[in-house]
Amino acid sequence: MEKTMNLTIRVWRQKNRLDVGKFAEYKLANISEDSSFLEMLDILSEQLVADGHEPVAFDHDCREGICGMCSMTINGIPHGPESGTTACQLHMRHFHDGQTITIEPWRAKPFPVIKDLVVDRTPLDKIIQAGGFITARAGSAVDANAMPIAKGIADYAMDAAACIGCGACVAACPNASAMLFTGAKVAHMNSLPQGKAEKDRRTLAMVTTMDGEGFGGCTNIGECEAACPKSIPLDMIAHLNRDYAVAQMKNFFKPVA
Amino acid sequence: MCSLCSFFKSTIGRKILMALTGLVLVLFVMGHMLGNLQIFLGAEVINAYAYKLHHLLPAAALWGIRIFLLGSIAVHIWAAVTLTLDNRKARPDRYDDDKMVQASYSSRTMRMSGIILLAFIVFHIAHFTARNVPGMQYEEAGVIEPTMVPLVKHGEVVVKNGHPVDTFNVNDMMVDGFQVWWVSVFYIVATGLLCMHLTHGVSSMFQSVGLRNALWRKRLDRVALVYGWVVFLGFAVIPLSALTGILKKDPTGGLPVAAAEITETLHK
Ligand code: HEM
Ligand code: SF4
Ligand code: FES
Repeated sequence: MEKTMNLTIRVWRQKNRLDVGKFAEYKLANISEDSSFLEMLDILSEQLVADGHEPVAFDHDCREGICGMCSMTINGIPHGPESGTTACQLHMRHFHDGQTITIEPWRAKPFPVIKDLVVDRTPLDKIIQAGGFITARAGSAVDANAMPIAKGIADYAMDAAACIGCGACVAACPNASAMLFTGAKVAHMNSLPQGKAEKDRRTLAMVTTMDGEGFGGCTNIGECEAACPKSIPLDMIAHLNRDYAVAQMKNFFKPVA
Repeated sequence: MCSLCSFFKSTIGRKILMALTGLVLVLFVMGHMLGNLQIFLGAEVINAYAYKLHHLLPAAALWGIRIFLLGSIAVHIWAAVTLTLDNRKARPDRYDDDKMVQASYSSRTMRMSGIILLAFIVFHIAHFTARNVPGMQYEEAGVIEPTMVPLVKHGEVVVKNGHPVDTFNVNDMMVDGFQVWWVSVFYIVATGLLCMHLTHGVSSMFQSVGLRNALWRKRLDRVALVYGWVVFLGFAVIPLSALTGILKKDPTGGLPVAAAEITETLHK
């Protein structure tokens, strides 16, 4: 027989951007340990609607760990206690009967809360718009063997490209720094031949936008790496620092861009 | 924006400056520690070392080095303060359930250890470089004995133009200075905080300039831990030895008794 649990859910309720927001506490009974975290929230919302209350607003889309929408901080950790796991892929078996679960939105100045657990992550899109592309017309996909790329480089770029832009790195960082996200994008594009040509311009533009959007700086404590559901490593931040130093050096002698 | 302005304004640029000035300080600290440890080789050795530091280079070069070091500290602090303010602004709200998954204590307390280090550096320069901490003035009669002694090399007095060369008795200044218990405690606590600052900083500075990956992070973290502890023990052992009487004053500046008498007459 499947195991079930009774839970106390403390969840952040905030009507809109201007509302100050506060925690509300709800009791949930008979939650299956096989249900996902978001299914548990669905059950909570159904219960709230049945009682004539507003459901809890939260972002979600794919529910299979690839879209990066399910932003929520569970018991103080973005995406919850399981490492390398998005909130949508987290299952209730990692919690226990009688537990109180605290759920909060991402907390960062550049990510204002829109409603309950939903935040505005447009600043990450702005960083992509600043340099997360190649200027050349790419046309339709070429044959994979038309442009030889060493296996090591291809693997590295692929690891960087695993970033789903969820913003958990920002949420986990005590400085709300977007360095892991930006580092992953820069490392991905700057290491492949298609993106290399615009390496310096891209790095400078993305970092300027990142700072301009109000994200903090990196203090190398590594909480982002621990929270990242795609296990993007701190190496990507070192890569960003390196490419930035080189780009600034070149820019000093002859403006890039 | 001029390219240099954008570098100084950016979070990464300022962190790179913090790492480079940090490196200058890290290397200075090791040299300073090795220099100080010569006190265990005898009064004449540490006194001759101090003489060399002051006379090997022309005064202008000495001031050049001092300004370079103080400038490094100034840039380090400027970057630390402005970045900290930016970081606070970026994250005004905390989580109700605020926890860290893996961040080390030393990495989260760099500002605290840094601020106390700054206070220590100011005190330290007033104490041993300017020598004007109230109650601890060295050449002031009655407080602590005048401490000029002959410069000694290989057990013999160094004579220049027929006159023995005088030098400041750094040995006695250190031993005397550390007899005040709270001064010694402050030095030991401050070097303990320096140890903490370095166990994060020495590895972190490589990350800031982009010269680290997962493998080297593990290695550099270990290097930083050892570096921090070596620096702590190397510095703390001096006040500890002075307090416990292992290090003693030597008013002759390290001369054998017979030679001391000769200088007495030479001086007259
Ligand atoms: C004078 C007062 C000082 C202050 C206020 C200060 C403050 C700081 C701060 C806030 C950081 C950044 C930490 C982070 O980003 O998490 C830092 C890094 C560092 N500090 Fe200091 N510090 C001081 C003195 C020193 C001294 C005396 C040394 C060396 C002997 C030193 C070596 C370093 C190193 C190597 C780093 C690492 C740089 C990096 O993370 O890239 N600091 N310091
Ligand atoms: S680096 Fe990781 S935590 Fe940050 S946005 Fe990408 S996937 Fe999310
Ligand atoms: S809902 Fe798509 S990653 Fe979680």
